[in-house]
Amino acid sequence: MRLALSIATDALAYGMVLFIISIGLSIMMGLMRVVNLAHGAFAMVGGYLASYAIRDLHVHYSVAILLAVLGTIIVSIPFELLLYRRIYRKSDPLIQVLMTIGITFFIIGVVNFIFGPSLKTIPLPALLSGPLDIGFRSVPTHRLFVIACGVVTALSLWWLIEKTEFGIKLRASVDHSGMADALGIRTEIIYAATFALAIGLGAFGGVVGAEILPIEPFYALRYMVTFLVVVSVGGAGSIMGALSASLLLGLADTTGKYLAPEFGEFFFYLTVIVIVFLFPHGLFGRAHA
Amino acid sequence: MTDIALNRVPHRRSIAFAQEGLGALAIVALGAVGWFLFPDDLAFLTRLIGLAFLVLSLDLVTGYCGIATLGHAALFGAAAYAAGIACVRGITDPLALLGIGIVAGALVGLISGALIARFRGLPQLVLSIAVGQLVAALANKLQWLTGGSDGLSGIAPGKVFGIFNFDMYSRTAFLFSLAILVVVFVALSRLVRSPFGLMCRGIKDDDLRARMIGVAVYPRLVVMYGVSGAVAGVGGALTAMSTGVVGLDSVSFERSAEVLVMLVLGGAGHLWGALAGALIFQIFEHIVAAANPFHWMTLVGLLLIGIVVFAPKGLIEPVLTLAHRLRKGRAS
Repeated sequence: MRLALSIATDALAYGMVLFIISIGLSIMMGLMRVVNLAHGAFAMVGGYLASYAIRDLHVHYSVAILLAVLGTIIVSIPFELLLYRRIYRKSDPLIQVLMTIGITFFIIGVVNFIFGPSLKTIPLPALLSGPLDIGFRSVPTHRLFVIACGVVTALSLWWLIEKTEFGIKLRASVDHSGMADALGIRTEIIYAATFALAIGLGAFGGVVGAEILPIEPFYALRYMVTFLVVVSVGGAGSIMGALSASLLLGLADTTGKYLAPEFGEFFFYLTVIVIVFLFPHGLFGRAHA
Repeated sequence: MTDIALNRVPHRRSIAFAQEGLGALAIVALGAVGWFLFPDDLAFLTRLIGLAFLVLSLDLVTGYCGIATLGHAALFGAAAYAAGIACVRGITDPLALLGIGIVAGALVGLISGALIARFRGLPQLVLSIAVGQLVAALANKLQWLTGGSDGLSGIAPGKVFGIFNFDMYSRTAFLFSLAILVVVFVALSRLVRSPFGLMCRGIKDDDLRARMIGVAVYPRLVVMYGVSGAVAGVGGALTAMSTGVVGLDSVSFERSAEVLVMLVLGGAGHLWGALAGALIFQIFEHIVAAANPFHWMTLVGLLLIGIVVFAPKGLIEPVLTLAHRLRKGRAS
């Protein structure tokens, strides 16, 4: 029982971190059809900025999150203007893969040149560190915080996409960008806004998930595959898909690590192969024309 | 596709060996330059040739069949481990080890090809990554067989043809690798101009049209994947023999990404492009990465972005255009 509860909390928290980071990538891949392997690199930039803000500028954790998200979006703007625009909705995945791997390498090199090649910790405020008693057991408060962040992210994204005018325009552009253009929706503005949203979510996830996925020099490369796998299993552009895939893969990975540590990764990727083979467009994805 | 149909159809059932002969001579000349000018760096040059096989092998599936893969190191690594394990367990003849590597590479190639070639686009990419990571996880966890994260060491192959010993200056290893590179390169030049190779190009350019004229697309892609695995296997076995160790880096995701960069740098869809990319990338890496690995990453990143934006067909394309123009000028 005790073990099952530890697995459940850890898996849920891990899954939520995966969700917060990957949902940005998922939206981007659903709308712009860009296989953005550099998404993890932007999450890493967020983590480095937050670490710098807390440890060197001594600001509060919440301010640091805000600074990190805004800072990462500002950093990403030149990339969007100069590079990503060229590859939106291009059919050839090879070009996208190459360019975004290039961006990843570039960001890793520059970030480590500026901040130094070492593990960056993001100190938690007193409120979030330590355990929290939930009646029959105590669990780490930070885990609960991450889970709450994930739930809030999922709900507000659902509201944004289903209930607002921006969401309507976004869905129209996903379904048929040419038609949306013809109806007077400025798709390039929708693209830019979605890009900023996706990068911001990635940076947010990178900061709040730093306890679970530590911010280190090769963060962007190490988790590049994981984020892509989550999106591909869930189906690009689907909130439900990304959420269920994150939780499923989080559970598979965490359970594997607890119960059969020697073969954890093996089962993780075996699951991925089976799912992608059976559902090439992901669990909740749609085939694009 | 029309371009190929009009210009590249073989006129006779067999083609003369002239072009392959020139290619072989060029490789031998390059090898001689390495042998005489850099006698102290032969170990590095041998490693370079080993990876060049992997780039050639990737070119067969990515450049000639249009399959985007980020898990190609699996074929290379599986062959390297197979040859290494066989060597540690007592088979020491280099040619036999090479054969084991080829068989292992081809097998892994056929299996992963059967999985990956079914799809296009994102599912294909993710499957290739997952297959690569699966092999990497196995190599890491089957510690009793592969040595796990310590790597498999103690690979001491016997003499080539029973005469030439693998020496510490890598002289034998270098010449052996170079000779096999020539053989493989000639064979591959024939393969890519054969009806089978041309049909693979056709599938790459327009698989729907290929299907419409009655081509069985999937089996061809799987066979090409098998061939590609065999070529990667040559490289894996040679690298295992010449370095004496097989580490987890030989199956890693980074290795797969790196060879894709090399291929695109040189120019996918040309065997010379693959070789040029492998050569240029690794020489630069040898010089810059030794100074500072992070500067190297920045540089590679900029290089990749530059290639995609300014020269999406690789460095070989301007050379080919120039050669084409020269030939035309002579004809008129």
